[in-house]
Amino acid sequence: MSSTDGSADTSGLTRDEVAHLARLARLAVTDDELDVFAGQLEVILGAVAGVGEVAADDIPPMSHAVPLENVFRADERRPGLSQQQALAGAPAAEDGRFRVPQILGEEA
Amino acid sequence: MTAPTLVDFDEVVERFDPTLGLEVHVELNTNTKMFCGCPTEFGAEPNTQVCPVCLGLPGALPVVNRAAVESAMRIGLALNCTIAPWGRFARKNYFYPDMPKNFQTSQYDEPIAVDGWLDVELEDGSTVRVEIERAHMEEDTGKSLHVGGATGRIHGAEYSLLDYNRAGVPLIEIVTKTIPGTGARAPEVARAYVTALRDLLRALDVSDVRMEQGSLRCDVNLSLAPKGSGALGTRTETKNVNSLRSVERAVRHEMSRQAGVLLAGGEIVQETRHFEEQGGTTRAGRRKETSEDYRYFPEPDLVPIAPSAEWVEELRATLPELPWARRRRIAGEWGLSPEELRDLVNAGALDLVEATVAAGATAGEARSWWVAYLAQQANSRGVELRDLPITPEQVARVIALVASGALNNKLARQVVDGVLAGEGSPDDVVAARGLAVVSDDGALVAAVDEALAAQPDVVEKIRGGKVQAAGAIVGAVMKATGGKADAKRVRELILERVQSA
Repeated sequence: MSSTDGSADTSGLTRDEVAHLARLARLAVTDDELDVFAGQLEVILGAVAGVGEVAADDIPPMSHAVPLENVFRADERRPGLSQQQALAGAPAAEDGRFRVPQILGEEA
Repeated sequence: MTAPTLVDFDEVVERFDPTLGLEVHVELNTNTKMFCGCPTEFGAEPNTQVCPVCLGLPGALPVVNRAAVESAMRIGLALNCTIAPWGRFARKNYFYPDMPKNFQTSQYDEPIAVDGWLDVELEDGSTVRVEIERAHMEEDTGKSLHVGGATGRIHGAEYSLLDYNRAGVPLIEIVTKTIPGTGARAPEVARAYVTALRDLLRALDVSDVRMEQGSLRCDVNLSLAPKGSGALGTRTETKNVNSLRSVERAVRHEMSRQAGVLLAGGEIVQETRHFEEQGGTTRAGRRKETSEDYRYFPEPDLVPIAPSAEWVEELRATLPELPWARRRRIAGEWGLSPEELRDLVNAGALDLVEATVAAGATAGEARSWWVAYLAQQANSRGVELRDLPITPEQVARVIALVASGALNNKLARQVVDGVLAGEGSPDDVVAARGLAVVSDDGALVAAVDEALAAQPDVVEKIRGGKVQAAGAIVGAVMKATGGKADAKRVRELILERVQSA
């Protein structure tokens, strides 16, 4: 395999790595689930690695389904939402602002 | 852990070599945000400059602001960078309520500008070349208000309130390569770099560059290595450094603090620290995430940016005269000494004086108004010189009125006071306050005669040849006319009246 990209490495996904990913994604995952997901994620990584093997050097990598470049917008204002509309879907609001629970762990 | 001892700065530089790295975030002054058409004005009511795109509502599609990309490229070109011929945005994933999308759209491994430099002039006239690693485009985050803690900080807060007006405002992050070998001058170099960058960005007219409003923000990376070891120590990143003076203080403090840890046999923890404006110290923040933890991936909602060589050259042609070249030119034109030039620059008066000269004033008069009387007014109001409610054109008008003899210096200051008090243009103030110099003989003769009659002894002295005694009469006339008399004409009249009597 020509790729040196770590994502194509299927030498095994550890439970610790799955637990770490779960923490980054703020997902509560039980011990049993760690084993299940480690297995499932490995299948997905394997499938991606399979695509990597097909890609030859003469095929440029893509991150987009359409071959477009340089799509821009003029620097002109467009009407947005009112404060009321913006907050309409918020679980909690105060003084015109979104109210969120105590931010834990990030900067403690 | 107890607080480490701060090591005296001289000892720090005797025993360690500091290595600097500076990250500057600059908010662009575009009309709209990076990926949507919401306005970007500072200070609007919370959550009134938002839309489905910047709130990250489902189904919203971002589109890149062309003006923001052009500003990014102009910044890159002014910093002598190479503009990448092809590059993408990436998602930087993290959970933090300052971004409603749960990711920040940024550039990761394909920044728009790379490998440049900025020559930075120090106080003594010497120059340090700061290498630029990259400049990339991203979007600003929302503003958090932490409620319930004693200090308004996140520590101990019960909950937080979010305003997303700033979320999505175009942001350019400019990152230096490591700056080695600055030694005892590290604090000065850091400050001089941010100052030069600010001046450059202002000349490019791409940002308001107001540190106090957060449109220019600096993160200071610093590490120490044993003197002469050539090694690179573990660095800390100090955030929240919101003034030029703070940049210098943050570097100085971090050098003393790290030296204290190292000399006590400890290790520097790679972490984010927060600058405390009040004491000029830093405190530990979160441990740095590794970049893997941000799980960057190419942004699927945006297509790549591929600036053509023609577009790049078109933008290069728009680059203004660089601030330091302009300063040198102006100093030459106005005949300023290096010290006079520095005072003018430090007072933030250069642009204002130049605009005043452009409006017809002489350089000497314009300088004198801005760095003396107006600087005092700005100081007593606690605002920047350029935020005084008077324009260079108005100052030029006052100078013209003095030159024509319509105002004397004392009256001119009253006119300026009137303009600053919001009473309108200089001519409005002159008319409304009746401030014109009285040089009309009819009005002056009466005042002169009255003053002469009141001081017969002085009149005798003048008659006896002591012409300088006329000063007392001039003073009396000025007093009687409320300072509005043309002093030169008054003196002439006094001598005429005394001799003809």
